[in-house]
Amino acid sequence: MSMTIALAGNPNCGKTTLFNELTGSKQHVGNWPGVTVDKKDGVYKKNKEVVILDLPGTYSLSPYSAEEIVARDYIVKEKPDAVINIVDGTSIERNLYLSLQVMETQIPMIIAMNMMDEVEARGDKIDCVKLSELLGVPVIPITARSGKGLKELMDAAIEVAKNHQKPTQNDLFDKELEDTIEAIADVLGGDNADESYWEAIKLVENDEVVGKTVPASKKDAVKALVDTANKNADGDAEAKIADYRYQYISKLVKQCVKKAHQGHVETKSDKLDKVLTNRFLALPIFAGVMYILFACVFSENFMFIEGLPSPGVWLAGIVETVWGAIQGGVVGAVEAAGASAWAVDLINSCMDGIGAVAGFLPLVLVLFLLMSFLEDSGYMARVAFVMDRIFRHFGLSGRSFIPMLMGFGCSVPALMAARTLESDKDRKITMMITPFMSCGAKLPIYAMFAATLFADHNQTSIIFSIYMLGIVVAIISALILNKFVFKSDTSNFIMELPTYRIPTLKSVLIHAWEKVKGFAVKAGTVIFASTVLIWFLSSFNFSGMCDMEESFLASIGNAIKWIFLPLGFADWRASVGVVTGWIAKENIVATFGQLFGGVSDEAIEAISAGEQALPAIGEVFNKVSAYSYMAFNLLCMPCFAAVGAIRREMGSLKWTLRAVGFQMLTAYIVALIVNTVGNLIF
Amino acid sequence: MTLKELKPGQQGTVTSIGTTGPMKRRIMDMGITPGVEIKVIKVAPLGDPIEVNVRGYELSLRKEEAQQIQMQ
Repeated sequence: MSMTIALAGNPNCGKTTLFNELTGSKQHVGNWPGVTVDKKDGVYKKNKEVVILDLPGTYSLSPYSAEEIVARDYIVKEKPDAVINIVDGTSIERNLYLSLQVMETQIPMIIAMNMMDEVEARGDKIDCVKLSELLGVPVIPITARSGKGLKELMDAAIEVAKNHQKPTQNDLFDKELEDTIEAIADVLGGDNADESYWEAIKLVENDEVVGKTVPASKKDAVKALVDTANKNADGDAEAKIADYRYQYISKLVKQCVKKAHQGHVETKSDKLDKVLTNRFLALPIFAGVMYILFACVFSENFMFIEGLPSPGVWLAGIVETVWGAIQGGVVGAVEAAGASAWAVDLINSCMDGIGAVAGFLPLVLVLFLLMSFLEDSGYMARVAFVMDRIFRHFGLSGRSFIPMLMGFGCSVPALMAARTLESDKDRKITMMITPFMSCGAKLPIYAMFAATLFADHNQTSIIFSIYMLGIVVAIISALILNKFVFKSDTSNFIMELPTYRIPTLKSVLIHAWEKVKGFAVKAGTVIFASTVLIWFLSSFNFSGMCDMEESFLASIGNAIKWIFLPLGFADWRASVGVVTGWIAKENIVATFGQLFGGVSDEAIEAISAGEQALPAIGEVFNKVSAYSYMAFNLLCMPCFAAVGAIRREMGSLKWTLRAVGFQMLTAYIVALIVNTVGNLIF
Repeated sequence: MTLKELKPGQQGTVTSIGTTGPMKRRIMDMGITPGVEIKVIKVAPLGDPIEVNVRGYELSLRKEEAQQIQMQ
């Protein structure tokens, strides 16, 4: 008999570790529809009939975050055969709060009392047998990290699922409240008494999502009863219910948990935290960690040693060399076989496309090995704690710092890093503005213009000003998006600072692997298809293969150049540059090299490095329009690889298009301002 | 007195929560309910948010949120 068992629990309760232990590396990761929340499922290693689904970590089943809505909709509507609720034994009171809410749904469930090794190390004792009797659901002690108790846990979960064994309903509330809830459930009626009872509790809790599902004919009756409940609870039944749950938990804990020490005892984690979030040390340590993170992925002079590549750069180099050799071999073989020029070119361009995807994988891999370490160790929560004071002014979380910093290296891993943010809103806004951080591939464009048109200025400050422009536009965009696009989402900063733990190698590796695989598959198709499309447009016209000057792309450039008239660069070559820049931003230099008089590959390299000028672009650009063009390419749609990463992380085509649309609009407006104001001044 | 006024190392008991709506719900979901003991552990390096210990775990919240929590 096949069955689905869902894992539910607080963030940081060891849920993902348990999921990895139960399913091994055979996991399927996707998105829940419309939100940036991971949907993970996998098959139980020891019984292929059992599918295990990892619900997002939540503290409650309230309707206030995307995670909570996803988790509770799944439990209430999809009804898994059983739920394993993972409880962190080291903070049992807060964890049992979610357990009580899952029990209220009357889904067959068992509790996995996790972190039993830490509980024992502290000298505490949890009586799981007694807890199980009092609570009315099986409670199995486990240590997910070492795999202890997992067999017993799964046996018990499968038993519960087979027998459809519902949890016992406990007397949490006083009689008055209980009567009101039952009265509401009666009014709601419906085929399923359990569901009505759950909905009734949610209605008393003033739950807007459930409130909307009440039929119009029953609204008044329900409202009258909810008002009664509120009146009996000094005007706030919602608070009363939360209070009742915690009172019940306090009683349970008193009977089942023996603590070695009373009150707050300083743990190893607390001692570590004293250093890491120390008033004076926190910021320098944070800066150091961020430097290492950035340098490991992008630095060509790792740890300030001249010419020593970082792990990310080193791996990327290997991938590039290996792929280059394969590509050379394949193309050579095809040529030798006497294939026509366009076929050779097509194969070459397809392999370029695959190479473009492959080239990003080492960066993603190295970044996520480090990111998962920071995340699982508990340091990431401290990043938010330390940086919140600054980032809240922009309506963002302190954790947005990491994707934005990485954005200066490459948008692809940076966008994927946005996944570690706490809320759906923060993740979406951060993904929309991260490409405004000027990535490494955009530097050659600035170098070309600086060397050619700003030769008599301080070129470094021209380039620096473009970087600053990106940061300023990102901040303004975050404020605008917060105020107008995501206005209904409330932001708060009530966040757990989890105990520091050494992550398991297995979780870190699995997480990094998932990211690499996800990018290769989901983003890979976007990158590959668009690279081939642009190749086709730039090498063909109606009479067949041709040079770029006569291609479809040149015709398109001519047809759309008027759009850029207000920005100061209504020239077909400038338009073509924008388009080839979407394959990779540094391509703009090569395109200009070709279209403005055909310079050699060596010259293009020198121009990209700012060592040589490309005087011919002076025909089209003056200083103002050059700056406007740089600003436009900084802010407009990032390269296809980054769009692929947005697509992968947003999990929705609609949101991907919104993000790209927002970036195009921003680029246009900013370039327009630059050109208009620039022409007034100069 | 509110939680915001407590200094690191001080503790107190929650009497009520002033705000309403999602923020109140979130505060209560995280275990801050009337009668619970809270100890302030530290203030973030930039002066806000604060870190407290409640129900055996560490929680951080902004001062404006802490101001909504009445203590004695």
